[in-house]
Amino acid sequence: MSTFLGMPAHAPRGVGNLRGDEPFPAAARTALANQQLRRNLQHATTTIRGKSGRVIAEVPDWQELRSAGSALKTYTMANLPRLLEQLEEKVTAAGGVVHWAADAEEANRIVTGLIRETGEQRVIKIKSMATQEIGLNEALEAAGIEPVETDLAELIVQLGHDKPSHILVPAIHRNRAEIREIFLREMPGVDPDLTDNPPELAAAARRYLRETFLSTKVAVSGANFGIAETGTLAVVESEGNGRMCLTLPDTLITVMGIEKVVPAWQDLEVFLQLLPRASTGERMNPYTSMWTGVTPGDGPQNFHLVLLDNGRTAVLADEVGRSALHCIRCSACLNVCPVYERTGGHAYGSVYPGPIGAVLSPQLTGVEDNASLPYASSLCGACFDACPVKIDIPSILVHLRNQAPHPRTEKAAMAAAAYTMDRPRLYQRAQRAFKLAKLVGRRGKGLPPPLNGWAASRDLPAPPEESFRDWWRGR
Amino acid sequence: MSSRDLVLGRIREALSAPDTQPSSVPDTRASSAPGLSRSAAVDIPRDYRRGPAPVDLDLLVERLVDYKAVVHRGSDISVIAREIIGDGTLVVPPGLPPEWMPAEQTRVDHGLSAAEIAAADGVLTAAAVAIAETGTIVLDASPDQGRRILSLLPDLHICVLRPEQVVASVPEAVARLDPARPLTWISGPSATSDIELNRVEGVHGPRNLHVILQEAA
Repeated sequence: MSTFLGMPAHAPRGVGNLRGDEPFPAAARTALANQQLRRNLQHATTTIRGKSGRVIAEVPDWQELRSAGSALKTYTMANLPRLLEQLEEKVTAAGGVVHWAADAEEANRIVTGLIRETGEQRVIKIKSMATQEIGLNEALEAAGIEPVETDLAELIVQLGHDKPSHILVPAIHRNRAEIREIFLREMPGVDPDLTDNPPELAAAARRYLRETFLSTKVAVSGANFGIAETGTLAVVESEGNGRMCLTLPDTLITVMGIEKVVPAWQDLEVFLQLLPRASTGERMNPYTSMWTGVTPGDGPQNFHLVLLDNGRTAVLADEVGRSALHCIRCSACLNVCPVYERTGGHAYGSVYPGPIGAVLSPQLTGVEDNASLPYASSLCGACFDACPVKIDIPSILVHLRNQAPHPRTEKAAMAAAAYTMDRPRLYQRAQRAFKLAKLVGRRGKGLPPPLNGWAASRDLPAPPEESFRDWWRGR
Repeated sequence: MSSRDLVLGRIREALSAPDTQPSSVPDTRASSAPGLSRSAAVDIPRDYRRGPAPVDLDLLVERLVDYKAVVHRGSDISVIAREIIGDGTLVVPPGLPPEWMPAEQTRVDHGLSAAEIAAADGVLTAAAVAIAETGTIVLDASPDQGRRILSLLPDLHICVLRPEQVVASVPEAVARLDPARPLTWISGPSATSDIELNRVEGVHGPRNLHVILQEAA
């Protein structure tokens, strides 16, 4: 098959954080054995579900907002080329420079090059899923540039030499006592009498980063929204570290996935109501910053926008799966997912965990590289109900299960079952033979390989004493 | 082939299935931002609450207080500001109404350094818009609000709201704002939900937010 250069492409291997070291079932088994992790997750997700439910109940038009958000995203995907060209034109007209990155490697190369041009050795970072996805920190460190994460949860992860486990709160797997220990061990100049009282922990982060904010000349951010109509970019945050990064440095580099473009300024009225209530359970998050190119005398005087593909066009090419690109990264689906609540985010192996990760990661990498993720769900549908832009995650999961490579034994077993069910007498004999299943022990625990894999997490139903056919005949 | 052409080519290829042709729904919306022509034709169900609604100032106060802002109501801004700042020093933007300024210990930002701004005990600004339903104030860097850095570094932000600046809902605020200006939406003091997903006030932004709701003298 010949491919021309314009074919949608998956995110390349060997760079970034979209693929785990082991399949989900193996990673989940390790996570489930960690009782502290399960307690922390249960506490945090229960808290956020309550908060979010209360503030969503305050809004009488929540369903209408969801419908508008969903329609806006569908429209955006269908008109993506024109909207991106418009965004580029408006950002450029306002004094920004737009770069296009086909994949993670190119994005890392562009950002590293831009920082090198400034001559700086250190950058401050706002929490950003896109830069996590492409492994920007690793690329910068390899180039001798120090990336400093300024979001509290990212700082906890970075100081703890850990990996993020949640889209919104990457350190959700840590409780206050563990955070205190990480700060005492890793934070230079920390007060040795620090307690695990959350306000004290937040104050410690404030002291630690203050001087860094004031002295660092380059910042790297992601973007929640990029408005095609006006060239305006928006970052939604809580702590003020975002405001610091977007205001104090001379140079700002923003990495944004191509799907984050929003058609018109007015459309923010929908997303700014949906996002805070669905994500942190607030009527409005403490800070949202919006900027259009460069403002003379106010904020960074050099602004670069890097538009990132890295597998997104491959997702877009799948008519069923493309709505995974509608995601506004609120993480409501993680917080309501019974699987996520028990395994945590690390088991998913990708920076995008939980239900949205289970549909997004395999599509970005190609299903063969994340083949177990479409099965990391009970298909209960809670994620669909919670999604503020109404992404039908269960349907995409089922769609991807059909694409995932299946074991040859499964195919053989299904073919044998089909053959049997097509032939009544054979079927009758098979039913009688099924009674022999008792021989494999209670609930199928004594099944030989490869069938024991199926029974590892399921009970083999006990065969009935009498089949329906036998009962009918002897009636 | 440039990466720009490569990415745009991939997108067009991905969308080339016959049932996903770009929408050609005619433009029916009014211009959404001041001074902008409608450029994105959209057929979007917008039956959520929009348009002007009565403003409930008490709701604004309740929502501000709920997110740990301190609210004052009164007509003499300079007196209230002095009560809040005490003996501390204030920085103010160059376009702040002179009658709002407490005379002593006030420095006007005619190009103060970051260190000078950070050394101040507080900052006194006006605002552009406030949203009652969410308890949000929005700054747009107009002369009475100043550069973004000014309201960021001091640990105390005193923000004066005129009643006519308050709207009921988010859509009304978006309609009033000019996206060409740098905008900062503020809902309570700096906070984080990063420790066990509970809101804790006081991280990098101002840890104290006082809102003065101006009343007729």
